[in-house]
Amino acid sequence: MKSKNQSGVKPRFTKAGMLGYFMKGSTPLFAAVIVTSLIITLLNVIVPKIIGFTVDSVLGDEPVPQSYGYIVGLFGGIDHIKANIWIVAVAVAVIAAVTFVFHYSRMYFNTRANQVLMRRMRNTLFSHIQRLPLSFLNAHNTGDIIQRCTSDADTISRFISDQLISLFRIILLLVLSLVFMFMTDVRMAAIATAFIPPLIGYSLFFFFKAGRHFKKCDEEEGVLSTYAQENLTGVRVVRAFGRERYERDKFEKQNSYYTGLWVRLEKFMAMYWASSDLLAALQLLSIVVIGTVFCVHGQMTSGDLISFIAYNTMMIGPVRQLGRIISNLSKAGVSLGRIGEIMNADEEAYGEYEGAISGDIVFDGVGFEYEAGKPVLENVSFTVPQGSTLGIIGGTGSGKSTLGCLIDGLYAPTAGKITIGGRDVTQIPPATLRKNVGFVLQEGYIYSRTIAGNIGMATDGADDAGIRRAAEIARLADNVDGFANGYETVVGERGVTLSGGQKQRVAIARTVMRGTPYIIFDDSLSAVDSETDAQIRANLKSEFAGATTVIISHRITTVMHADNIIVMDGGKVAECGTNAELIERNGIYRKIYDLQMSLPQDLRGEVNND
Amino acid sequence: MTESIKTEKEIKPEKKLRFFGLGKLRPYLRAYRGIFATLVFCTLAVGVLNTITPLFQMYAINNFIAEKTLDGLLAFALAYAAVNVVTVVLDYFGSYGCCRLEMFLLRDMRRTAFNHLQTLSVSYFNQHSVGKLHARVMSDTSVISSILSWDVYSGVWNVTYALCAAVVMFVLNPLLALCVLVIVPVVAAVSVYFQRKLTKLNRNVREINSEITGGFNEGITGAQTSKTLAVEQKLDDDFYGKTDRMKRVSQRLGHHRALFFSIIAFAASVALALVLWYGGVITKDGVIAVGTLSVFMTYAQGIVEPVQWAVDALADLVSVKVNVERFTALTESVSDVKDAPEVVEKYGDAFSPKRENWEALHGDVEFDDVTFKYPDGDEYVLEHFSLKVPQGTNVAIVGETGAGKSTLVNLVCRFFEPTEGRVLIDGKDARERSVEWLHSNIGYVLQTPHLFSGTVRENLLYGKPDATDAELDAAIKSVNAEGIITRMENGYDTVVGEGGNTLSTGEKQLLSFARAILVDPAIFVLDEATSSIDTLTEKLIQSAIEKLMEGRTSFVIAHRLSTVRSADIILVVSDGKITERGTHEELLAMRGAYYNLYIKQFREENIAASVK
Repeated sequence: MKSKNQSGVKPRFTKAGMLGYFMKGSTPLFAAVIVTSLIITLLNVIVPKIIGFTVDSVLGDEPVPQSYGYIVGLFGGIDHIKANIWIVAVAVAVIAAVTFVFHYSRMYFNTRANQVLMRRMRNTLFSHIQRLPLSFLNAHNTGDIIQRCTSDADTISRFISDQLISLFRIILLLVLSLVFMFMTDVRMAAIATAFIPPLIGYSLFFFFKAGRHFKKCDEEEGVLSTYAQENLTGVRVVRAFGRERYERDKFEKQNSYYTGLWVRLEKFMAMYWASSDLLAALQLLSIVVIGTVFCVHGQMTSGDLISFIAYNTMMIGPVRQLGRIISNLSKAGVSLGRIGEIMNADEEAYGEYEGAISGDIVFDGVGFEYEAGKPVLENVSFTVPQGSTLGIIGGTGSGKSTLGCLIDGLYAPTAGKITIGGRDVTQIPPATLRKNVGFVLQEGYIYSRTIAGNIGMATDGADDAGIRRAAEIARLADNVDGFANGYETVVGERGVTLSGGQKQRVAIARTVMRGTPYIIFDDSLSAVDSETDAQIRANLKSEFAGATTVIISHRITTVMHADNIIVMDGGKVAECGTNAELIERNGIYRKIYDLQMSLPQDLRGEVNND
Repeated sequence: MTESIKTEKEIKPEKKLRFFGLGKLRPYLRAYRGIFATLVFCTLAVGVLNTITPLFQMYAINNFIAEKTLDGLLAFALAYAAVNVVTVVLDYFGSYGCCRLEMFLLRDMRRTAFNHLQTLSVSYFNQHSVGKLHARVMSDTSVISSILSWDVYSGVWNVTYALCAAVVMFVLNPLLALCVLVIVPVVAAVSVYFQRKLTKLNRNVREINSEITGGFNEGITGAQTSKTLAVEQKLDDDFYGKTDRMKRVSQRLGHHRALFFSIIAFAASVALALVLWYGGVITKDGVIAVGTLSVFMTYAQGIVEPVQWAVDALADLVSVKVNVERFTALTESVSDVKDAPEVVEKYGDAFSPKRENWEALHGDVEFDDVTFKYPDGDEYVLEHFSLKVPQGTNVAIVGETGAGKSTLVNLVCRFFEPTEGRVLIDGKDARERSVEWLHSNIGYVLQTPHLFSGTVRENLLYGKPDATDAELDAAIKSVNAEGIITRMENGYDTVVGEGGNTLSTGEKQLLSFARAILVDPAIFVLDEATSSIDTLTEKLIQSAIEKLMEGRTSFVIAHRLSTVRSADIILVVSDGKITERGTHEELLAMRGAYYNLYIKQFREENIAASVK
């Protein structure tokens, strides 16, 4: 199970096809579970026969049935057994020992099969999600996807390893018990069987009906939980408006309502179990009474009656569970459908090119829209010569960040073409492209691991010295030294929460480590104060001398030193040139420049005098 | 407050809880003595009847079949049926009683925990995360009530069955009974051993499971970053490592569980073999009848599981101690902002305020030699601080993020009490009147507006439930939020979703202003939003704030220059302490922290404005 991308090829899955795909590797184990179940059931049905035989022929004086003759002979004949009753006991103990082995095997194989299945399902989903285009992930709610990968996956694994297997076992047990019961006495077996359809039908009826109520109860508990959650999150609002009493009453009302629903449902269920108990007791009663009559009339032996009762007991419990199991089966279909939606989404397009990447970045009439009919970029053309720096400035919604995403192949342009060194970026496999392009996002994700782990994340064989150096370049080293565990401090969801500025500097350090020939900074120092910002920029300039750089920002000071600057407005290139040229031009850039470089009115005179 | 440090207090019980902490739950159980007694009695009776039922088969074999007679069969069948009916009826009452007990206990414990939380001061919520408090109200209670009811049910039945079966067997034949009972201590010992092991492994599995969920979360939330760094393969490897570990630990759990249940089943078969052997011999010798032998076989197989389940129930009871501790730690915690008894006497408490005794609040606030430190901090953030804020004064509090700007606001709102000194409201110590009284006179708007799920109307009416639609309209109009309402499908009756999530932050902000203005508070407290909102909404919010501050005493944690400049008093906070105070002009002239802050804020506002 070495890390191989398990989801390279993407067939369109049907529900059954997907189930088959997930079960690859665990199928033999599940088969083993079924075989061992079969053996256990067979062993289980032998014991009552032995008991019946013992009562009739060993303890009593009934003749040995012909079919047993051979086996009895193996143990030295009936008289020998009669004199040595321990032989029977040992036979039962030996069967128990064999059963023990299979019993253990069945349970262990089942867990193992289930785990193999779960691992394959989880790994496949994880790898696949990693490689889905960003547009898919943006269009779906994170919590919902996680739910599909966790609880829906659980539902499917339960469906196979619990429900399907149980169903199989119950049916097997039912059939075998009935066969033996019919072999023992046809009339009695008919009586016992007559009770089975009503028992199953009855339980089906109840569980299907109860399923709806169970769901309703779950939902109402969800509401109660939300009330508590909102009350706790909004504690200041509750206090500030003095609404404790209202909150109490609101919670109390839902609390009582929910309790009432459950109690009513439980009453319904208690009613079911009681009536179903009665039905089962009635069945046993009929068997005992009628069996007794047959025995007294000499139509049946008491040993047969005892083993008959044992078969009946063996079968009746599981049969009563059938309704519950069958009513749960439908849930798996829903879950399969939900996971199918993820599995059937296409992964990012893969090109063929594997070589080195170098040369100019060229945008040629590029257009892009996230939603059809709502263009974000229109006819954008520019060139970033190799080794130069391009600054991009523009307002919120001007499309400036989208430019960065397009260069990095996170989205494909809907019109025009982007090339790097003459090669269309959509034809370069994402992994190859992104190994050459460093893209520092405004809000880079901090992984749940150590700071060193986060910084060295994207570099093979990162060593401590390199990580420390990167942290120094990103002006993060002082902060890290302030943490109790230094570079080994765990950050992210399960550790220390970093401030916005610290996060941005981790992202910078990460990119420094990679040392890619192309780098894009998307507002990546917005949460850092301007002094530190300037220092980091100076560090980066010497570190990345010779790299082709794109700097996207809304701060004029960040972009003004670039070799070339473009001003984005409403998805189009509005102005283009160097800082000096653009100021000269007296357009949008000049306006932004003046505003950002100005001082407060009430200080203007004073500061100049300083 | 976002700015005070959150520290999870270790929950330590003051003294050892006896009886698995169940003693603490007596008050909850007492209310349902009747149900509890019914449950125990019925289950006990069912246990006895369940042990007796197999005797009918014995009787049938020994008295009818062996004697070859059918005399009295009808009476036998009727008695048999009667026992069955009685059993079923009793079991119905027992199990239904059990689930009623469970649900009523759950309801009562949740109610107590929730209501108690309403009386705790805000500082309590700074020290405990919402997630953990929520778990105490919702899940700990659920675990406790379910164990208290179902494990009692299962414990009573299993113990009764095992005991009765033992007694019946002894009566029938003591020596043969011993053959069966010899297995009981073995089963008990095996159960205890595996119970411990399984509990530990189960905990491991749960931990890894939450790591896996965390992995999915990381894979999805961090997708964009992972793509730009091209680290998919590395994340795959990490994730596969987790699922591998899960498989390994689960298999170990599976191994132990399989071993456990197989041993239990084997033990039952061994008991059966022993009965067949010794029982067979004495049956042959005529000491016992065939029917008696058959009933022994039934008990031999039936007695094993009850022993196992009794151990199970006991283990659950032991484990519930942790939940009880967490629950009682919550319900027994004492609020550090609490009205004195005489204040409660006059003004009422949170749940039953005596509004008729409440004075009107004029709006003079004064800090009189206030010294303060946060309960979880060790440094004084205010020392001998005095400040007069006459009615109608606008106070702006400025400072870097994380500097501790909320402290004054916390004291004015009585979210915390001063360590020394007094906060005077209209010339009287705030503690002389109730928290409720003060709160009902303060309009409070948070930086991150909090709405409740429900309709817009319900949210607006939060502070003033009896407001008329005309008042609503006026409030909405005064904060320029008519646009939001008309744009909504059902106007005031539009449902806003959990936490108001169907609205934008700006919209939520405006609605929370309207909610505050409806109350017409004498004192207004505002934590201005830092996050950038679109220009139009920003303008609307700006003028709404001005509207709110008009003629009212106000405390604003200010981020906007316009708010700062127009304030009557500006307080500059750095490192938790107030370092400068004065008007805008005075502070600028000082060329201190305010001066730098002002220029910085100006720049940032311009940067934001220039790109909009």
